[in-house]
Amino acid sequence: MCSHRTSSHQSTLQQQKVELTEFEKRLINCYQGDFPLTSEPFQSMAEVLKTTSEKVQETLVDLLDRGVLTRFGPLYNIEKVDGVFSLCALKVPTQRFDEVAEQVNSFTEVAHNYQRDHEWNMWFVLAAESEQALTKVFNQITNSTGCPSLNLPKQTEFFVGLKFEA
Amino acid sequence: MNETLVRKIMAATQNGLPVCDRPYQVIANQLEISESELLHVMENMMSQGLIRRIGLVPNHYALGYRFNLMTVWDVNDNDIQSLGRKVGQLTFVSHCYQRPRKTPDWNYNLFAMVHGRSEEQVAQQVAAIKQLLGPACRDMAQLNSVKILKKTGLRIR
Repeated sequence: MCSHRTSSHQSTLQQQKVELTEFEKRLINCYQGDFPLTSEPFQSMAEVLKTTSEKVQETLVDLLDRGVLTRFGPLYNIEKVDGVFSLCALKVPTQRFDEVAEQVNSFTEVAHNYQRDHEWNMWFVLAAESEQALTKVFNQITNSTGCPSLNLPKQTEFFVGLKFEA
Repeated sequence: MNETLVRKIMAATQNGLPVCDRPYQVIANQLEISESELLHVMENMMSQGLIRRIGLVPNHYALGYRFNLMTVWDVNDNDIQSLGRKVGQLTFVSHCYQRPRKTPDWNYNLFAMVHGRSEEQVAQQVAAIKQLLGPACRDMAQLNSVKILKKTGLRIR
């Protein structure tokens, strides 16, 4: 079982919660999934939200500018068209952590990389064009870092989603 | 479906749609197809699961979801299919996967990402998963993210 978050977690990942108007909350809560696939989507949204298309668009731009939304549009299941992926982990000695992070990040196949508070302390996603290419990169990373490694491709996807309540 | 067109649509929209009266028309113009063709192909992409959803993507930290935890569980292989589905259905679980064990280094075969607004809330979520798994679960661990070391996202090339 792991310890709880450290001050470095607070400083690197914490962001102030923003204040939202009731209208902004409704917009976020209603449209994380069902953005209309129609010619004038903002008009359809305006009718549901009992406002104007202009108001919906202005609010959306403002939420994007303030960083409350990271983007809006289609979310793709990229694995269905583009290659293979795996979640991998390394057990990195603390004193070598920064050096190994740099080494690992230098591989273009590494998409995300997170430090986690566990003996397996570095977790990254590998993306490659084929199983073979992925295994090769994984082995390269293992050999070049000299760290114990795990390659954990998904076997079953039970769920991917989640709507955050504003 | 025309795979070249599908890839072009993905590349043109992976950073999002433009905010204007007719966003799909703008994308269609870029791709030199009609708006109705774009809408039709995107409907097909949705029904095939290529598009998971279309919508607003919140920065969950800005909404107060500061506690994001990777939980991993050592679940009986015979029960993992049914239990994994149930864990995936919990409202606070965003990603739920079965992954291989690497005995003896790594015995956890079920991964669930949970998200909450307070440490207490996340602790309750972890307790709820534990209760749901019951005796089929031998062991678990919680891996907090300490730092993002790299985040390029998955891109269509």
